[in-house]
Amino acid sequence: MSTSIGKRELDDAGRALLQRASGGRGQFEDLVIVPIFAVIAALVLGALVMLATGVDIGTIGKSFVALGKGSVGSLNAISETLTSAIPLILAGLGLGLGFRAGLFNIGAEGQIVMGGLAAAIFAFSFPGLPAILLIPLSLLAGAIAGAIYAGFAGVLKATTGAHEVITTIMLNLSSFLILIWALKQPYVQVAGRSDPISKSVPEAGQLPRLLDWIDPNLRVHAGLFVMLIMVAFIWWLLFRSKIGFAFRASGENPDAARYAGMKSGLIIVAAMGTAGALAGLGGASQVLGVLERASPGFSAGIGFDAIALALLGRSHPVGILLAGLLFGGLEAGGRQMQVDAGVSIDLIGIIQALIIVFIAAPLLVRAIFPWGFRKDKEGGAA
Amino acid sequence: MDVELRGITKRFGPVVANDNVNLVIRGGEVLGLLGENGAGKSTMMNMLSGLYTPDEGEILIDGKPVKFDGPGDGIEAGIGMVHQHFMLVPVFTVAENVVLGVEPTGRLGHLDLKKARAQVEEINQKYGLHVPADALIENLPVGIQQRVEILKVLFREADVLILDEPTAVLTPQEVEEFFGIVNGLKEAGKAIVFITHKLHEILAISDRISVLRQGRITGEGDPKTLDEEKLAEMMVGRHVSFTVDKTPAQPGSEMLRLEKVTLLDDKDDRLIDDVSFTVRSGEIVGIAGVQGNGQTELVEVITGLARGNAGRITFAGDDITHTSVRDRHRRGMAHIPEDRHRMGMVDKFTIAENMVLNSYYDEAYAAPLGSIDWNRVNETAAAFCVDFDVRTPSVFLPGGSLSGGNQQKMVVARELERQTQLVVASQPTRGVDVGSIEYIHKRLVESRDEGDGVLIVSSELDEIMGLSDRILVMFEGRIVAEFDNTGGKADRNQVGLAMAGATEGEAA
Amino acid sequence: MSNVTINTAGAEQVASTSDRRARITGVILLLLSALVLFALDVAPGEVATFRLTTVRDAVQLPDLVVPGGFNTIVAALLAFIGVRQFLRGGGKWSTLSIGGGLFLVVLAFLVWADAGKSFNLTGMLQATMVRAVPIALGGLAGVLSERVAVVNIAIEGMLLAGAFTGALVGSLIGSWVGLFAAVAIGGMFGMMLAALVVTFRMDQIIAGVVINLFVLGLTSYVTSQVFASNRWMNNAEVFRAWKIPLLSDIPVLGPVLFQQNIFVYGALILVGVATYYLFHTKGGLRARAVGEHPRAADTLGVDVYWTRYFHVTLAGMVAGFGGAWFTLGSVGRFDENMTNGKGFIGLAAMIFGRWHPVGALSAALIFGFADSLQQKLALLNTPIPSEFLAMAPYIATIIVVAGLIGKARPPAADGQPYVKE
Repeated sequence: MSTSIGKRELDDAGRALLQRASGGRGQFEDLVIVPIFAVIAALVLGALVMLATGVDIGTIGKSFVALGKGSVGSLNAISETLTSAIPLILAGLGLGLGFRAGLFNIGAEGQIVMGGLAAAIFAFSFPGLPAILLIPLSLLAGAIAGAIYAGFAGVLKATTGAHEVITTIMLNLSSFLILIWALKQPYVQVAGRSDPISKSVPEAGQLPRLLDWIDPNLRVHAGLFVMLIMVAFIWWLLFRSKIGFAFRASGENPDAARYAGMKSGLIIVAAMGTAGALAGLGGASQVLGVLERASPGFSAGIGFDAIALALLGRSHPVGILLAGLLFGGLEAGGRQMQVDAGVSIDLIGIIQALIIVFIAAPLLVRAIFPWGFRKDKEGGAA
Repeated sequence: MDVELRGITKRFGPVVANDNVNLVIRGGEVLGLLGENGAGKSTMMNMLSGLYTPDEGEILIDGKPVKFDGPGDGIEAGIGMVHQHFMLVPVFTVAENVVLGVEPTGRLGHLDLKKARAQVEEINQKYGLHVPADALIENLPVGIQQRVEILKVLFREADVLILDEPTAVLTPQEVEEFFGIVNGLKEAGKAIVFITHKLHEILAISDRISVLRQGRITGEGDPKTLDEEKLAEMMVGRHVSFTVDKTPAQPGSEMLRLEKVTLLDDKDDRLIDDVSFTVRSGEIVGIAGVQGNGQTELVEVITGLARGNAGRITFAGDDITHTSVRDRHRRGMAHIPEDRHRMGMVDKFTIAENMVLNSYYDEAYAAPLGSIDWNRVNETAAAFCVDFDVRTPSVFLPGGSLSGGNQQKMVVARELERQTQLVVASQPTRGVDVGSIEYIHKRLVESRDEGDGVLIVSSELDEIMGLSDRILVMFEGRIVAEFDNTGGKADRNQVGLAMAGATEGEAA
Repeated sequence: MSNVTINTAGAEQVASTSDRRARITGVILLLLSALVLFALDVAPGEVATFRLTTVRDAVQLPDLVVPGGFNTIVAALLAFIGVRQFLRGGGKWSTLSIGGGLFLVVLAFLVWADAGKSFNLTGMLQATMVRAVPIALGGLAGVLSERVAVVNIAIEGMLLAGAFTGALVGSLIGSWVGLFAAVAIGGMFGMMLAALVVTFRMDQIIAGVVINLFVLGLTSYVTSQVFASNRWMNNAEVFRAWKIPLLSDIPVLGPVLFQQNIFVYGALILVGVATYYLFHTKGGLRARAVGEHPRAADTLGVDVYWTRYFHVTLAGMVAGFGGAWFTLGSVGRFDENMTNGKGFIGLAAMIFGRWHPVGALSAALIFGFADSLQQKLALLNTPIPSEFLAMAPYIATIIVVAGLIGKARPPAADGQPYVKE
């Protein structure tokens, strides 16, 4: 016996129910106005931090100019912005997917480390393979490594209830040590070097640069397409597929998901695994497209910035894409800022943290910026 | 002490919860406040206790206007509230709960629990409450917990006691005992406000009755001149009959069978203790009992949400003891969960998404590559809404935006619109308006008449008595009694005794 | 339907949870026994020497010499309790057996690592105490805020802020002022967390993560922007150990407990005070009520918001004090991200310690032990790579939060915002 849901002929009353209500003003405020104000407020506070640390007004002005120039001011700047955005967005997609499924995965950093390491090892282990095989397989190796590493936290949560925030942080800390250990193994280490560093990725394993026919210094690489495909894929997964429905239901109300016959343990492991695969892919694309080898600290905090990204993008793939471009721009601009104005790039970290504060606490933004929001609070919330 | 509410209005966003309410409460008197779920009773009383602040109007105590700004203000003025959902810290002792907020202290803020205990004992003696001062709340039965709530209020020397749906957790016999306590308080000069939606109780205990409907006082009177029918009409605004129309059951083949099912918690205590019973097609079996006696767990074991530690469950002849929730669902078991917000729906999902919450994987909605055919889902959801009178402008609104009654109808629609063989309905009308209650009851009886087995678990004895063809009583994890209720012939009093743990022999 | 399983088990057979737990415990103990027997076996002729006193100590004790056969005895003992658990274990003995079993394994491990060598045991215990300080204080900060139901992921950031402030103000004005400034800054971030989660109702975990990122960004920025070119701003005087007369001369116990700096004493005193406060005073009762059932507390006139602000600020101050340990209590100089996850390990200590100050301290001592053991082992040249030894505290933390050694109940309202009407 199975459920049978016969096709229904809708009468007028039924068809009336299929009218889509418009998103309304409240949604617009949440999705557009709050993020814009958040970015502005964070930049202003960043300027205040510079002022407090003895940077003079002229230099502050220069840094903001450099920030703009370094992110969108030239073809090279745009190429740099995109290059920085690729791993951020890939990792951010994974974190966003986790948030949707109710998992607060802080572990993208460790998953990037594992993904990048695995991709590098795979690529230099099979130097004879043609690019058409070596690139996808190396990326896959990175994704699998990331998925397995995140899967630990997922399995622990599913079986023992261990909170993923703490386990993923511990896995991050462990990953740095594992990386250094691995880079010192004779099979991985470059011959003749005493410091931990891996052999180079062979030419055939490197993600091709897209614009080197214009200028060989333009670093943007084919990882861009991988990233765009993933944005579309995650959108489909979350909002069109059965498994995505289960992810979202578990995230919103785990008891209801259990009631609906969804296997919570399986969903946790699947969501963590997918998130880890995306972060691993991010690490792999960074190693195969930019760094060409694995070295200590190659993850460079991408996994932490990706948390900010996922929050800023409201865990929506398109939002994450846009937020990733913004953060990529901040990253590229920050480097320019360090060169032009002599202001430490760590400032970007402060700005990013502030952006999340304002995004995650819309009440705070409304308190600081009373303009642009409808006065009637209750109407806006409904 | 007398309290007067004058022209009180309270709004929550666009919803007017109380509209120009006038009410007088006098010392030495029980005021019955009647209204169905969502009529605004609790809102009104929360304003008296200081938890909410009225938007308009004023509160007078002994003729003098007072203004409450915080939850402590009501009790300070002598108005104490016993909430429907107990406000007790489960891991604290009775004494700790009672003194919280007005703790007796020694030097360095040291908590003087000895003194607290003595004070608790004193009130215990005075009003005959018999509450153990050192017991942890979580180890006490709900009936005693309720007395702790009363103790708390008396400890703070309240002259006005507001009792919000106090009998919901009591057996009929406990209700009698409780009325004794209430009368004792009244004789001690306290003013009592007794809030309920149960007509016979309000007639039995009140000196005066006020009826609230849609935020307004729609009737007042003397219980001696009123009867249940008149009260019901004042409460709902039209003539209502609380008896469920149904023909005698025509039981057919066995749908569900439990054999010696036992479930342990992680401390190895028996939540369900050796339970066996059957439900046949074409009959409604009701499980009565005070909440917390294993009914929740029983439903979880039947629907597959929990695994029993021993015993066997068969469904239409097949052993399903070890099968999943989804398997049971596929076989045609419908489950209306006891708490729709906790389990039955996802508040932020659209009504359409909620309508396929547990059937989204069904072939009827399948699209290529593991996608869901959302057009099909939306159309089906719209049809369900029309069919079950779920009132909404669109199926794309979040489920949480519906009123309580419509949310419950949405859940019931989802479960009953499929082809089912067994309906497991837990508290199917909790927190729902009278119109929706009537409607849901009607649909459950229809399911029975179409040949489904129906199992209803409810702590509302009236609901069990009205709907069931056969009644089982659950107490401390066991089925302690069974009654034939064909034509409503089960004895309410006997059922009540069984709910308090009297075994069949003693009850008979 | 296809997957119908026939249950042949009789209904009278009830599989209880404690039986299953005892069987799992038994299996784990047997595995540990095998581990000791095969992986940690010491040649019969070799001995492990543990030094208990140094030449400078007032009272001299002979070295503790353990023969190699010790590990075989440990393996046999483990096998014995394992089999006992497996066959007729009761629920209440399971946790104790696992705890005792792990303790034996640690002893066997020490003997194995030290076989044929000599090792200063008292020194390691003293280091244990020192290394436990930031974890214990982080754990205590966690207890204070989670008891009022605010999940405090920001402890890491508060420690880092305390360390930074201690170094900066300590260098500019003096160590005592630096210490007070660290406490004040910790309290400030505590209040900020309270504001974000109580007033602005931000998700508690996000708020914590944000504070961590913000503090990390800010301190790293100042370190590279300002300290790099102004070394004198990052060179504070360190608090020296302060010997308590007489007590510090007791062998073993003296150096461990009574020859420490202000941070060790401070942590011990704070744990005592917090325990008294939480469980024996009016304020503590109210705090716990707010953590368990805020609405109940609210209806009785306890100000839930104020209580949360107060205790989370207090937690921040405790964490700020713990943070100062990193600079004023050890090296005097601040380095980027020098707390390196200690705050999160503190959270694990809080969970392991069942949300009780003394429990958190005990758990912190275990972590401190793992940490100092790791340092010592690096010197003993064991075949285990140093990276894996350094991972020990992280892995221990994962094991703790996974509840593999006993599970406790957090405050009922933990992590939930409270919305007053």
